[in-house]
This record gives sequence, C-alpha cells and structure tokens, in this order.
Amino acid sequence: MASTRDRIGLRVLVGLALGLAVSLAATWSRAADDRNPLAGDPKAAKAGEYQFRINCALCHGLGARGGGRGPDLTGAQKKHTHSDAEMFQVISNGIAGTAMPANGTNGQGVGMTDEEIWQIIAYIRSQEVKAAAQPSGNAAHGKELFFGDGNCSMCHMVAGKGGRVGPELTSVGGSRTREAIIESVRDPSRRLAWGLSEATKEFPQEYESVTVVTADGKKIKGVTLNEDSFSVQIMNMNEQIFLLQKDQLRSFQKSRESVMPKYDADTLSDKELEDILAFLIGVGAK
Amino acid sequence: MSGRECLNRRGRGERTRRARRAPLLLMMCFACVALADLAAAQVTFDRLLHSAKEPQNWMTYSGDYSGRRFSALDQVNTTNAPALTAKWVYQTAATGKLETSPLVVDGILYATAQDNRAFALDARTGRPIWMYQHPLPGDIRPCCGRVNRGLAILGDKVFLGTLDAHVIALDAKTGNVVWDVVAADYRTGHSFTVAPVAVKDLVVIGVSGGEYGVRGFIDAYDAATGKRRWRFYTVPGPGEPGNESWEGESWKVGGAPAWNTGTYDASTNQIFWPTGNPAPSNRGEGRAGDNLYSNTLLALNADTGKLNWFFQFTKHDEHDWDATQVPVIIDTASDAGGKHLIVQANRNGFFYVIDRSSGKLISADPYGRTTWSDAKDAEGRPIANQNASPTVEGHTVCPGALGTTNFMAPAYDPQTGLFYVTARDQCDTFSTAPQAYEAGHAYYGSAYFPSEEAKPYRGFLKAIDPATGQVKWKFEHTSPTWSGVLSTAGGLVFTGDAEGNFIAMDAATGKPLWHFQMGGAVYAAPMAFAVDGKEYVAIAAGSAIYTFGLP
Repeated sequence: MASTRDRIGLRVLVGLALGLAVSLAATWSRAADDRNPLAGDPKAAKAGEYQFRINCALCHGLGARGGGRGPDLTGAQKKHTHSDAEMFQVISNGIAGTAMPANGTNGQGVGMTDEEIWQIIAYIRSQEVKAAAQPSGNAAHGKELFFGDGNCSMCHMVAGKGGRVGPELTSVGGSRTREAIIESVRDPSRRLAWGLSEATKEFPQEYESVTVVTADGKKIKGVTLNEDSFSVQIMNMNEQIFLLQKDQLRSFQKSRESVMPKYDADTLSDKELEDILAFLIGVGAK
Repeated sequence: MSGRECLNRRGRGERTRRARRAPLLLMMCFACVALADLAAAQVTFDRLLHSAKEPQNWMTYSGDYSGRRFSALDQVNTTNAPALTAKWVYQTAATGKLETSPLVVDGILYATAQDNRAFALDARTGRPIWMYQHPLPGDIRPCCGRVNRGLAILGDKVFLGTLDAHVIALDAKTGNVVWDVVAADYRTGHSFTVAPVAVKDLVVIGVSGGEYGVRGFIDAYDAATGKRRWRFYTVPGPGEPGNESWEGESWKVGGAPAWNTGTYDASTNQIFWPTGNPAPSNRGEGRAGDNLYSNTLLALNADTGKLNWFFQFTKHDEHDWDATQVPVIIDTASDAGGKHLIVQANRNGFFYVIDRSSGKLISADPYGRTTWSDAKDAEGRPIANQNASPTVEGHTVCPGALGTTNFMAPAYDPQTGLFYVTARDQCDTFSTAPQAYEAGHAYYGSAYFPSEEAKPYRGFLKAIDPATGQVKWKFEHTSPTWSGVLSTAGGLVFTGDAEGNFIAMDAATGKPLWHFQMGGAVYAAPMAFAVDGKEYVAIAAGSAIYTFGLP
C-alpha cells in the first residue's frame, strides 16, 4: 500500500512540476486561473473598458448596461457565468445557441489576447451593482396583469406560457436593467433591436414590423422572422407564419414602429408597471 | 482515362525525370481532354501579361493585371442567366470568414481557406487534387479573422502569404513546399492575408498589421528561390523623403500596411499598390503630420521597388480608412481623350480618378454617405473638416470605421464603362483613448462603435461612371455585404450578400436576374472561368466554394 501511495505521490509531484512548467510557460494560463489574475486592478479595469467599447459595447451597450441586443452585465447574477473563469470561457468561446460570438469573430476589433480578456472581466466586475434595488411592486399582482388585463402574454411568453409574436421574457428580469424594461413598455419602438452584425446572422429575428399585400390582395401584418433580398418570413398577430417570395408580393413595407402598443400611464399605471416588473424580476432571477 | 487521373500521374513525376518521361506521359494523355495538355504548360509571365488571350483562365487575384475583375466570357449572359444552376460545392472544413478568390489555370482551380489552407481542385468537378495547410503557431495576431484572399501563380508554383508572415511557394502539381521564407516577426503583429501578385520573375506581397503598429512594407521575392529582391517600406525611415511627415519617433510604429492586392502596368513597368491606415488608427495625437505613405497609392518600379510617384488619399487619417482597395487600371478610348487612368473607390467614401502616368488627381466624388469632408485642397483632394477628429466624448462621422467600402474587390466592365463596388452606409461614433504602443498588442488609440442615429446601416452594389464620378445605378441589399463583384462580357455583374445569396444582375441596370441561396455569408469575390468550353462562375461563401454554370 505504502509503495502504491508513494508512486501516486511521485506521479502527483511529476504532474505538479509539469503543471508548474506549463503555467510558467503560458503567462496567462486559461485553465489554471479560477480567478482573474487582474482582479481589482483599476488600471486593468480601465484598459478593459477600452476593450469593452471596441469588442462588446455593440451588443452589451456602453457601461455594460445592455444594448438593443445583448444583456445588461452590471448585475451580480449572470445567466451564463458566475466565476471569472466561466466568464473567460464565455468571452473566448461564445455561447452556443445564442448570438454571443467567440472572441475575434464579431468583425469588430481584433481577437483579444488572454490578458485583454482578463482586463474586460476586471472592467465588468468594476461595473457590477452589488446590491440591486429590490423591486417595490407586488409580483403576484404583476403576474395577474401579465397574463390577464395587461394583455402582455398575448404576445410574450414567460416560463412556457404566453404568445410567440414578441420576445420571450422569462429571463428578461435578470438580463435587462429596470430602466430598459420600463422603456420597452412605455415606448417599445424607441430601441427596437437592430439586425445583427454579419458574424451572428444565424440569429436573425429582429421584431421589425412588416405589412405586405400578396398577389391575391391579402394583407398580412406582423413581425419579420427573417428576411433577405428575395424572401421574407412573417409571423402575424395570430402566430401564423408566412414564407413569402418578395417578387410575388403586390407590396412590401417594413417599419421601425413596433407592433407592440405604447403602454402609457393611462393604459398601465406606474404602480401596475412596478408590479409587472416585480413579477419579471422575480422570474428572471431564478 | 480521365483528364484528372492523367494529371495525377503527371503530378507524381519527379522533376529530374520529367524530361525523360514526358513523351510517355504525352502518349498516355493522348486520349485525355485538352485540359490535361494545357495543364502541362507553365504559367509564364507572358501568359499572365496576355491573359486576355485565354479568357477561360483566371490567373491572378483580379483576373488580370489591371484589377478589373472582368471576364471576357459571354456564354452566360443576360438572356440565359436565370437558368444558372449549382455545379459543385467544395467544403473547406474551415470555420470563420472565407475571403478567398480562386485562380483557375487550364482546368485546375487553386484557392485558399482559413488558417492558411491551400488546395487544388478539378475545376469541372470540385474533386481535390491536393491540399496543403501551413502549420501556424498558437499566438498569431490576425487582426480581423484568420483569413486569406488567395494565391498567385507563376511557372509551376503557387504562392501563399501566411498569418505568421511567411511567404511560401508550393508546387502547383503536388502542393509540396518548394520554398518557405519568413518575411517578418508575427509576434509584433505582422501577417499576410493578401493574395500576392506575380510579375516577371517576382512574387510581390504586402504586409498586414496596421492594427498592431507594424512598419508596413511591400516585398518582392524571387519566384524561383524565395530570395527577397526588394522591400519598400511604406513608412520612410530617417533621412528618406516623407519621414518628416511623422512626429518624433512615431514613424517606427506608423502602420501603413499593404494588405490588399495591387495592380501592374506593363507599359510603364509599374506596380500600383495601395496602403492602409497610420497607427494608431484612430488617434492622431503623437503622430502629427501627413503620415506618409499611409492611405496612399504607390507607383513602384517593378524591378527595383523604387517609388515613382504617390498619391495620398486621406492625410493624417484618424478613422481607420485604409486606402487598400484594389486600384483599377482603365484606359479611356482615344475619342474620350485616350487617358491612362487608375481609379479607386476608397474606404473614405470618395471615388478617385488619377492619371496613372503622373499620379495627378483628376476627380474625387463621393459615392456614399460622407460627412468628414466639405472642401478640397488645391489638387482637388477632399480634406477633413476641422471637427472630423475623434473626441474623448465621441464624435459621429460618416463613413464609419468599416468604411464606405473595404477589402471587397470591385469590378470594371469595359463594355458598360461602369465601375462596380460594394458600398455601405454606416456612421460610427469615434472616441479617443490614449494607448501606449506595446509590441504585438492592438494599437488603435480609440474606440469606435456604430452610431445609433445613423441606423439602419445600408448596403449596396453601386455602379459608378468613372467619366463623371456619378452613381449610375444602385442595388440595395437587405443588409451591408462584404462580397466582392465580378463583371462579365455576358452583360452581367455577380455579387453575394450577407444573407448567403449569390446574385447575377444586369450590368447595365442592376436588375437581379438570378440568385442562389448558399447558406453562408459572403466575404469573398466571385470569378469566372471555362473548362471544356463551358463557362463557370465561382464564389466562396460560408465554409465552401460554390460553382455555377448553365444546365
């Protein structure tokens, strides 16, 4: 037994020595660091801000507060990453099945070095709001409104229940700022998400509204699911999907005016909006 | 025996025994199609020079030395284009952007893919003859994707520039390395993405690395041996004319890369090569002056690399407006003055017409949305407005950093007299951020991001009349594309889009006549060739090369 243990010990030692050599060889070893080697370094965070603006702000917005497309990163809770190492992996490799591309593939800027990625992580950490204000609304009432009189669920789905015409909102409370959600309700057309840059074209849904008249005179109004120079896919308000060839249409009109109505204070009071927020934030945090 | 088998047998022949075996091989190939016999022929400089005599071949990046990307083939034309159909697809097994523009010589297609793959295919079937991949170190610094735009061919070799700044000659028959030279240190940000140009017995190539503060250069290598014959530094050193256009020591990291393919004029033995941005790209502070020869068209003696004349498009650039777009050689008819011109649709949004004998500017007209220049200097060159510079708070300028156009290869059709270029309307907010040079690190000096108020970004194919500088027609894409353009004697222009379509349009009007959904975004330029009397059009999209022809 002892000799076996010794052998294991030896192997561990050799392994450690090799491991050390490897980490020494690579200045910024990916696997070895669970924690950002630049954590808490204000100079690194400043450099990271600069990298962030070039490489990330397009989707995640200035100050990492979320853009038309990418989530707000200032929350302490993130959907895909918790540790620095996970964040490093996500920035390096992207997130499969989402529009988050791998480092260096977004067509903006250069592929970042490991050091630059750590700088970005230092920056994102410096922007995090440690204790987010707790929503003051009544989540239970917000849920009732969402699925009832507010008519939200006619187009939006939360936790598998609701409509398909608008964005799925299960995680919106965790990935967008309060302000962004309020604005999206009060003035939905103001920041309607723009089309994606080329590298992430495989996720084309844009929520632009579109009205077409087919050759036989039928009018279809809805949101674009996808579009190119010759074809368009439309989902109408009844969730019917139309796959159309543009040259066979009598007319084709796109608009940046969202199909979602503006919910002003007469339609939805501030108190009611707070309740819906409380509901969405509660679901999104899960 | 098929032509391809025959070729393979030839490919295995050893050099030293080739002469002895030749008669036997010729006999073996007697039954082969003409393509195999042609494949034995060397691609001499004379053939490259007179490429118009063999329109079935596409022997340089732009199809000929003039940069016109025009095919004299007319079998596919405005009448039958709607019948075009896919002929074959070759999957490269690479990921990321595919920017290659294939060559075709005597029935063999040569192209490149990401991570410095190169390959030769039977141009009729897409079946591979050989494949090569240059081993790359793990820490290369490709600024903008692990891309390559293509090969040059001369004699029995094809030439490849690599992402770790090697220049490599491959045996065109086997893909074996004949020579491999290191042009510069990749760890300081040097790389090659450009398709080289073979001129006389030289391979001419320009370096990338403007994002890393390299000192740019254009090199010429002996095609036979790989020995460097000349180097032209695009940033002059101390004591050289132009060095005074740099503040202090800034010239050392001045950028001015040369990452797109130039053109050649045999009558004056001049190579025209365009250069890119000064470094840092978006911050002029610390490099006061014009920053020669950044964003410049250089006219170099092909034998010596000596500078004959230059024209700087954007002086002291602060917006990353590389002037690396293919400079296209155009001669006007004698009844139109018989002018020897060189024209460029520049990233800064202006279309320039220059007398290529003297380098004098003839005209500069905007062909897209520009806000940076309201005035011209005494030579007629658009000059930047006082307030065009990036600021700390951010300042919006059109075009944005990606430019009105970029690396997308343009085309010129001598039949319509129109110049075709992919254009983008996008404005960016440029903000300065002091950044010290650090070897091998990105060196921008500012951040830029798309301006909200300038959305949506719009993408076009525009047909410009070089005689007037006016846009004669434009086709609007669903979104901006990175595709290049091909024009053909069939009265067609071909281009691709970001949504994966390959499109044939009427060259006179821009009306789409045919399209094919390739399932991957286009970052490459189309080209045309013929084998066995049949015309094909090829383009790279997604991770594959697609070829189309008539049924």
